[in-house]
Amino acid sequence: MLAFIAAEIPRLFTIYNVILLAKAAVTTLSLSAVGCVVGLLCGTLLTLARMSRRRSLWPLKALAFLYIEIMRRIPFLVTLMTFYFGAQVLGFNFSPLEIAFVSTSVISTAFVAEIVRTGLQAVKASQIEAAEVMNFSVWQSFWLVRLPQAWPIILPPVFGYFVLFIKDTALASQAGVLELTQAAKILNTKGFSASLVYATVLLLYFVISYPLARLGGHLEKRLGTARHSRSRRTV
Amino acid sequence: MAQLDIRGLVARYNDTTVLDGIDLAIDRGEIVSLIGPSGSGKSTLLRVISGLLRPVKGTVSLAGETIDYGDRRSLRRARNRLAIVFQQYNLFGNMNVLRNVMVTPVTIKKRDRREVEAEARTLLEKVGLGDKLNAYPDELSGGQQQRVAIARALCLKPEILLLDEVTSALDPERVGEVLDTIKLLAAEHMTLLIVSHEMAFVRDVSHRVAFMAEGTIQELGTPEQIFDAPRIARTRTFVSRILGHRTAA
Amino acid sequence: MHYVLHYGQITPYIPYLLGGVLISLALSILSFAGGMVLGLVFAILRNEGGAAASRFVRGYVAFFTNTPQLVQIYVIYFGLPDFGILFTPFMAVLIGMTLNAAGYLTEILRAGLASVHAQELDAAETLNMSRLQTLRHVILPHLFRVTMPALTNQYILMMLGTSMAAIFGVEELTGRAFNINSTTFRSIEVFTTVAAIYVVVTFLATILLALFSRWAFRARVPVI
Ligand SMILES: Nc1ncnc2c1ncn2[C@@H]1O[C@H](COP(=O)(O)OP(=O)(O)O)[C@@H](O)[C@H]1O
Ligand SMILES: [Mg+2]
Repeated sequence: MLAFIAAEIPRLFTIYNVILLAKAAVTTLSLSAVGCVVGLLCGTLLTLARMSRRRSLWPLKALAFLYIEIMRRIPFLVTLMTFYFGAQVLGFNFSPLEIAFVSTSVISTAFVAEIVRTGLQAVKASQIEAAEVMNFSVWQSFWLVRLPQAWPIILPPVFGYFVLFIKDTALASQAGVLELTQAAKILNTKGFSASLVYATVLLLYFVISYPLARLGGHLEKRLGTARHSRSRRTV
Repeated sequence: MAQLDIRGLVARYNDTTVLDGIDLAIDRGEIVSLIGPSGSGKSTLLRVISGLLRPVKGTVSLAGETIDYGDRRSLRRARNRLAIVFQQYNLFGNMNVLRNVMVTPVTIKKRDRREVEAEARTLLEKVGLGDKLNAYPDELSGGQQQRVAIARALCLKPEILLLDEVTSALDPERVGEVLDTIKLLAAEHMTLLIVSHEMAFVRDVSHRVAFMAEGTIQELGTPEQIFDAPRIARTRTFVSRILGHRTAA
Repeated sequence: MHYVLHYGQITPYIPYLLGGVLISLALSILSFAGGMVLGLVFAILRNEGGAAASRFVRGYVAFFTNTPQLVQIYVIYFGLPDFGILFTPFMAVLIGMTLNAAGYLTEILRAGLASVHAQELDAAETLNMSRLQTLRHVILPHLFRVTMPALTNQYILMMLGTSMAAIFGVEELTGRAFNINSTTFRSIEVFTTVAAIYVVVTFLATILLALFSRWAFRARVPVI
């Protein structure tokens, strides 16, 4: 059996198939990346709503809280299928890729919001008070003081989440998105052995994810020691 | 008319009353020092004046205008006239020394950048930090950070300057420099409210001294009166303990 | 575009869906238990085994935490038959989830084991405890006390992960949602109902695990 599968290998790695896999790998990466970038933007907005001290904003605060707590308790596959079938039922003509981008963004917003909240809250209250007594507006103290101090705390775990999320995007194959897992299914239907194509794709995921995970750990160590964003001058 | 007029001020943290009826009027150009045991509410008084803690009773007036702490416009006007140097300095950790001093005049008060930079450099030179303009707060000693905080406050050109434990982290040789700076401010008719444990410094610069304990001003008088002839026993005990401690050290 | 939601059409299926919850729970609990056993063995091997054992565990963890669980199950369910090894969908998913969980749980437990202090072990030695007694009375209670929040989190993620069993035809909660969807075509109603069930179930699980940790290990686990 092994010899039989080994004989398939040269046939599997034709230019055409390699391009298919490379394109699929790019889609896999971009699904997670888009999710995280949108998550960073929307998650920050949600967190700001949630942390706001203005009384009149309470409905927004409650919504932000519920969104974050609820979305983190729904399987990605279920969210994806809700959008996938929901778009069909409502008659929207979205491509599978668009559906997947929306789903990854909706989910990662909730997870990244929690990371952003932890980072923003790690900035000492006394820093914000110092800005406040010097007449910084809420926005000015956010942009000039809180965010610049929070981002070195926020970025490493967001990157970590991005790496974790790469693996979850395998589920996008269920909506017909041509990412790595779907590429494996396609190659399988073209007659390649299931064991060969899925093992190949498994390896590809590893080759993508492992160095990024290591890089994330490295990033965490480096940004963790330097509290300010500019390079440290030796005095 | 007093420049800073505090009447019947009461403030609480949760359920504990920290300021229990403070009355204090400070004239323009006057220097008043607050002394008292730790936990007596000195920092809290400065926090209430600068609007970081809403008083539950009483009023604070600046140049005749009572601050309405519930009204953003009123609070903004008051904060434009005062500056505070915190006990923990609270320099912005993401900005270097020069930017810490310049950010408010340039970004918030919209003053001319070059003009502000020249002033900031002069001020930092004056407090002995001309060579640390590009350093970040976490690269400085406590005393250095405190001097940056003083420069930052002065660059705001406040009418009233609130200083919390201002000499506590300074090296002895720097105390003199900071002292001179503060005396210069007095000559320019800046109104100062200073919290300090440095009795020689307090005696030297203050026009009046207030002794605080348990959230009230127990005794208020000239430095001579408070240090040499306190009227109440509590002041006498505190002053003699502090003076004894200082000479021993 | 005009679409009226009809949750009424879903209500008759609620007992059917709740039956699916039981299968999801079975999958998550069994794979968590299996993952814990493997993870504990791996964590001990990693910390105290020889160089080869340690290298094996590191490789295992790196591999299983850097590849998707879905593709791991694909290999087991579709790939192994090439070698004559066949599993039912439920077994394939259970094995995949267990092996995957073992990777993550090894990391959690290893960090927990590393935090058992030398003093505690010294104390156990002076009390003349055997190795097994030390494990039972000193190491394990400490281990669970410090790792319970991370373990709870991992269990919740695994509960959500059981939904991919539907892809292999297991009729757990999501699988049953697919079934109802294909007969009623009430997609939005079906999937939002199922989403709500996941939210409620994982929330209850968090509370139960928090209470259990408090009672059994005096460990504080945040509920939200
Ligand atoms: N953020 C706070 N929350 C609750 N209590 C506080 C807080 N800050 C200060 N206090 C209490 O208020 C009292 C006065 O504190 P403070 O004004 O800092 O005293 P001082 O500056 O005279 O040493 C102390 O008993 C202190 O414990
Ligand atoms: Mg104080």
